[in-house]
Amino acid sequence: MSTANATTQDFTKKTFRRRVEDFWRYVKRNPSLGVGLGLFLSLFLFVAIGYATYEVERYRPLSGGPDLAPFEKDSYNPTTRANGYILGTDRQGRDVMAVMIAGIPLTLQIGLIAGLIGITVGTILAFMAAYYGGWIDQIISTIVDVGLTIPGILILIVIAVNLQSGLSVPQMGLAVSAVAWVWPARTIRSQVLVMREQLYVEIARLSGTSGFSIMFKEMLPNLAPYIGASLVGSVASAILASVGLEALGLGPFDSPTLGMTIYWNIQFSSILHGMWWWFGPPILVLAMIFVGLFLMTAGLDEWSNPRLRKRV
Amino acid sequence: MAIKNILSIIITNYVFRRFLFFLLIIWIASTAIFLIPRLSGQDPVKEKLLLEAQRGGHMQAGLEEMAASYSAKFGLDKPLIVQYGNYMKDLVRFDFGPSIAYFPKSVNSLIGDSVVWTFGLLSVCTFLAFFIGTIAGALLGWPKSPNFLQYVFMPILTLAAIPYYLLALVLIYIFAFNLDWFPLFGGYAVAQLPEWSFSFVGQVIHHAILPASSIVLASLGFWALGMRGMMVTNQGEDFMIAAEAKGLRSIRLFFNYAVRNAILPQTTALALSLGTVFTGSVLVEVIFRYPGLGNTLYQAIKLNDFFVIRGMIFIVIVTLGLATFIIDVTYPLLDPRVSYKKGG
Repeated sequence: MSTANATTQDFTKKTFRRRVEDFWRYVKRNPSLGVGLGLFLSLFLFVAIGYATYEVERYRPLSGGPDLAPFEKDSYNPTTRANGYILGTDRQGRDVMAVMIAGIPLTLQIGLIAGLIGITVGTILAFMAAYYGGWIDQIISTIVDVGLTIPGILILIVIAVNLQSGLSVPQMGLAVSAVAWVWPARTIRSQVLVMREQLYVEIARLSGTSGFSIMFKEMLPNLAPYIGASLVGSVASAILASVGLEALGLGPFDSPTLGMTIYWNIQFSSILHGMWWWFGPPILVLAMIFVGLFLMTAGLDEWSNPRLRKRV
Repeated sequence: MAIKNILSIIITNYVFRRFLFFLLIIWIASTAIFLIPRLSGQDPVKEKLLLEAQRGGHMQAGLEEMAASYSAKFGLDKPLIVQYGNYMKDLVRFDFGPSIAYFPKSVNSLIGDSVVWTFGLLSVCTFLAFFIGTIAGALLGWPKSPNFLQYVFMPILTLAAIPYYLLALVLIYIFAFNLDWFPLFGGYAVAQLPEWSFSFVGQVIHHAILPASSIVLASLGFWALGMRGMMVTNQGEDFMIAAEAKGLRSIRLFFNYAVRNAILPQTTALALSLGTVFTGSVLVEVIFRYPGLGNTLYQAIKLNDFFVIRGMIFIVIVTLGLATFIIDVTYPLLDPRVSYKKGG
């Protein structure tokens, strides 16, 4: 009895380990996925260690004296730490290190909210258009084409200008999702069109399965890897849009997101004052996020689309 | 019968359908711009006027007049559908009303002052990025290219993921602040009035180099990636194998066969990229305080100047729609595989 148990346990352990090994082997063949995941892992570690060991509360303005360089001491200002700050402070006395630790999850949260809503709405529209065809497809495709021609950020500017009474971080995500569904709807639609012609869909249809359950029980699971890959892409473009809006001064003013940090930098001309410790970190972190998501999209695209699975 | 035939010819006509699509874009965009402020339940214009009235500052003189022209113009007491009709009438006449912050200057004259700068900067940047990126992508997707190209271009391709303005911040710090090779901001020297002279043109170019390089560097990768993908796809095509079997010189294979065929989809991408280039450059202009549309838009957002924001967004969407229309219509001339007929 116990031996049998032990063997099953061994077996599952082995498959789990083998799975990890397989994944690792695949990542080695697919360096963009590996580097992208690595960039994100280091950001997560930075945030986790930061929250565990650092006084993140100091992201608020007036946490210390203004314009302090890294480790600069300011004996005149009693609120300032005796040893200064690792990354100094900004013009309004925020501790830049704390702003980074608090800002990364906030910015990713906006991207995740908008990306998830965008991909859900986009998938539903894509399935409806591609599966039913006819005038439903005509209408949805035309709207999507129009949406692709009009830059989403312009519509977002009109929305944000009209909602000026203080957007919060989740509201920011909701606003961005208003334009985040267009691109997924277009790409997933063409995938569904291809899949609709496949034999198993035909058989399901002939055996009298309803359209609804063909779409969501037969086709959706098969498209899941592709949808997952496009989720990463749509999170990336949502973050791009949100950071752009924030840098224009249309973001959550009381939250230390990365885009708002860029906004304050532009507002107070930190470059003309040579405050590299203030504008450097958000630029570096945003570059890591964008390059990481870009590489992950490229890598996942290759993983979800076996025809691309070759060395480039 | 004859009328029905003519009608069906017109409707199936490719150019006509593209034109209808162009009108549809403008109608949807302008309706969205009309509806969003109503849906939010807030009125930025009224708020701005109230704010100015409370301050009672420098604007007091024009305020009465402005409020009067504002309510007369929009007939805010009338039903929504009438307001919508009036709004559409104004748009058709390209009349966006006066700027709130710079009353009585009109939105059109504000946009007119800055459009030349943006148009000049972006047309040069788009051309350069398209040209350099396409060549880089063609070389990357060509199996006989030397290996070192991979290591030179690959880092540049990842720049495609980074927004233009982040690159702009880095460039301005290195080349304007630290090295002092280029001016920190502006479209021309501070104490200079625009004029047609060599020294002024020189100044304009000197001021444009940094903003232009940030846009070109960050958008190169987009063109290179697209071109590389098309080159790789073309590799196995019949016409490539046939040309190779003929024993043509490889430089001829490269330019006349591979590049010639791969470049066509790039021109369609040009239509879609124009919007990205414009919206991406808004913050570049803000960072360099370049006197173009992006900076005007930023100032309007800061001053809550809703008419300027609305007018500018409308004009940009019309321009983009028009550019897309022109590229769509000329595309069949470039690519014989696409015909004007329906379904082509």
